[in-house]
Amino acid sequence: MSTEAKTHQLVVSVSPHVRDEESIARIMWTVNIALLPAFIMAVYYFGPRAVYVTALCIATSVLSEYLFQRWLKKKTTISDGSAFLTGLLLGMNLPPGVPFYIPLVGSFVAIVITKTLFGGLGYNIFNPALIGRAFLLLTWPKLMTKWYEPTALFVGLDAKTTATPLGILKEEGLAKLVEHFGDKAGVYKSLFFGSTAGSLGETSAIALLIGAAILLYKRYITWHIPFSFLASVAVIAWIFGGKGGLFTGDPVIHLLSGGLMLGAFFMATDYVTCPTIRKGQIIFGIGCGAVTMLIRLKGGFPEGVMFAILLMNCFAPLIDRNVKPEQFGAVKKKEDKK
Amino acid sequence: MAHTHKSNWELIKNGMFSENTIFRMAISLCPSIAVTNSLKNGFFMGVSVIFVQTMVNLTVSLIRNFINPKIRIPIFMMVIAGYVSLIDMSMAAFARPVYKQIGLYIQLIVAFASIFARAEVFAVKNKIIPSVADGLGMGIGFFLAMIIISFFRELLGKGALWGFPIVSGNPLLIMILPAGGFFAVGLLMGFFNWLDAKLAERKAAQETTG
Repeated sequence: MSTEAKTHQLVVSVSPHVRDEESIARIMWTVNIALLPAFIMAVYYFGPRAVYVTALCIATSVLSEYLFQRWLKKKTTISDGSAFLTGLLLGMNLPPGVPFYIPLVGSFVAIVITKTLFGGLGYNIFNPALIGRAFLLLTWPKLMTKWYEPTALFVGLDAKTTATPLGILKEEGLAKLVEHFGDKAGVYKSLFFGSTAGSLGETSAIALLIGAAILLYKRYITWHIPFSFLASVAVIAWIFGGKGGLFTGDPVIHLLSGGLMLGAFFMATDYVTCPTIRKGQIIFGIGCGAVTMLIRLKGGFPEGVMFAILLMNCFAPLIDRNVKPEQFGAVKKKEDKK
Repeated sequence: MAHTHKSNWELIKNGMFSENTIFRMAISLCPSIAVTNSLKNGFFMGVSVIFVQTMVNLTVSLIRNFINPKIRIPIFMMVIAGYVSLIDMSMAAFARPVYKQIGLYIQLIVAFASIFARAEVFAVKNKIIPSVADGLGMGIGFFLAMIIISFFRELLGKGALWGFPIVSGNPLLIMILPAGGFFAVGLLMGFFNWLDAKLAERKAAQETTG
């Protein structure tokens, strides 16, 4: 071979030069799979109703993304699983007994207004599923806070309505909550396995922890946000959560109840809406935890995870800008000395 | 900006559409979110602004040769405050129920960016008739924006118009909350931008073919 022929084999291309198997679609579908245990528990506790609500959410999400992108003559991205994930997360955040139009409106707001109008996946400021839920909660407050006792053969009519554990804790206090479940161990057990009233996918802590373990093992999420989120909730609950003064609160109840597990592992860690620098992620997590506990202990709502994450979403770019590490070798600006 | 060369009708249209306070300039957004939760409130707010804007432009244009440029802002302020007090007291006397709801925002017209802006960039430099036309156009533009926003918000949020129920069922409560105001203004602004782009496209296509 002549030298001339050899030079032609030199391929010149721009970076990145090393590619990996990972892709957006692969990550999104894995997150969907990681939510499967929680979905199974939802079906176990709330019956066919769980499938109905979640399926409606997913179908509307995927369909509205498809139609809107077709209308705008953009590339349709429904196969990357992100619309599916938004629908699934929204479904898991809804009470089991909602009428059919709630999933439809929520998914439409989540996909079209929160995501597509801002430029699609990667450009949205807020977590789409949470905006969808916030919209629904403010629009139909009564329907969105009608909780049911878990009954396997849920049909929606004969089910018993009740308050969520956090609702009971807020309105009637810890003693009433313990009475409701028998004893304190009963409270922990019900919260851990999920046999309590609440949104479809949020009740079962163990199922969500299994899903979170998959994501942590695959390194799709890191410990920074969930750990700082959960830790700050636990610490604040321990210090301020008790009726008998400081340091008498029960952190375990606050950790296991409400949407905290779902929020901390699956929503706050959304790549698009959280800070990208590790130090910033810890600040983000602590902020989420602090706002959550502020709403739970002092606010008008019994649960604050949703608003906490949405509020911190606003701050994500700001946090990132302030924790940006210094570039190696860059010359520091000298301060003016007079 | 020197004296304007536009005709009076062009000035009115300019304020209504191409320099619409809310949807084009995106100023004075506070009242557009705060008072547009019902058509009635939006209507009275719009009418008040038409009045104040026109009269302020007229007065500032009248006295433009006597204004010392160094103290023009306090002078504009006093002129605006005078007319706002007038409309504030008239509303308190003759439209009591509406005044109870939006009275605070009527008084806030004193600090409207759009009214200041028109006095500063237009009325103080132009003759009386064009200034009145400009103020009228700007006022009508604001009025139309208020009517459109409050029409959708009351219809969706309460299922009613001007207080009369139109549709029954579960209305979208969020639309009459402040959050819904942001949704309504944002989506309508987006819609008008889209419409504008479409019209410009069609015009360009016609010019090339015709």
